[in-house]
Amino acid sequence: MKTFKIFLTILLVMGFSELKSYEKNNELKNKIFKNIRCLICQGQSVYDSESDFASSIKLTVNKKINDGMSEDQVYKFLREKYGDWVIYDPALNKNTYILWLLPLLLFLTGGAIMIKKLNFKK
Amino acid sequence: MKIKLKLITTLIFLVFCFIIFYKGLNNPNIYTPKMNVGKNLPTFKAQDFITNTNIDSEKVFAEESYYIVNIWASWCIPCRKEHSLLMELNKNKSIKLIGLNYRDNLDNAKKFINELGNPYMQILIDKDGTLAIEFGAYGVPETFLIDKNKKIIKRFIGPINKEILEEIKLIVK
Repeated sequence: MKTFKIFLTILLVMGFSELKSYEKNNELKNKIFKNIRCLICQGQSVYDSESDFASSIKLTVNKKINDGMSEDQVYKFLREKYGDWVIYDPALNKNTYILWLLPLLLFLTGGAIMIKKLNFKK
Repeated sequence: MKIKLKLITTLIFLVFCFIIFYKGLNNPNIYTPKMNVGKNLPTFKAQDFITNTNIDSEKVFAEESYYIVNIWASWCIPCRKEHSLLMELNKNKSIKLIGLNYRDNLDNAKKFINELGNPYMQILIDKDGTLAIEFGAYGVPETFLIDKNKKIIKRFIGPINKEILEEIKLIVK
């Protein structure tokens, strides 16, 4: 009986961890689908779309993840095929320097002006 | 001095805004896919349309020749339109046509080929559309021209027309 209980506990723990990893994998896939633009749809991500293109992309991503590709590797693969536009979250490269750095620059400039004004008032 | 500085800063800001808007508004807001040209042919395994056997892409593109990969489906109306041009292209001996049957019903695809003729040296089945993704395609019909070094040198989105046919003939001459 005791052996059976131990066996059952091990089985439950194993099943639970399997379920956890399945859930984690699914979360990752959904995160990727939400970050891929459906190129033939109007303002929809692959996650939201039921088009042929979107379902082919979903199947490809599933396959790549199951083959052991990481999230970044999947994005790199899709960028190579379709360009930067296919990913909603743009990567930092020479085409997107302004996009990424301008808000920071404006924030710093604004901050500097504010500090200067406050110091001036004192 | 202070007023001058403010004026220059405002002017720079306005010029900057103007450039951003000018460039942004001049860009077309309709997405045009990246031309996946100059890239190597993807390697893959696919099922043959006639024999139903699995085949490696290296075997399909084994010869040192120009290849056309045409993505088609029986449910695609523009594919029907371009088919006669593919039949004409098939007469050109310096090019080999490979068909990629995209997300199609096999019986309907066979009917399509029997009715309109088979311009392809080999047809591969892309049941779930994942092979088309490997090519960087986004729909049907789409045509890729592959050179002797197995590089994609041209991509034609949508049905091919007479002008495209002449362009292909000129390249492979």
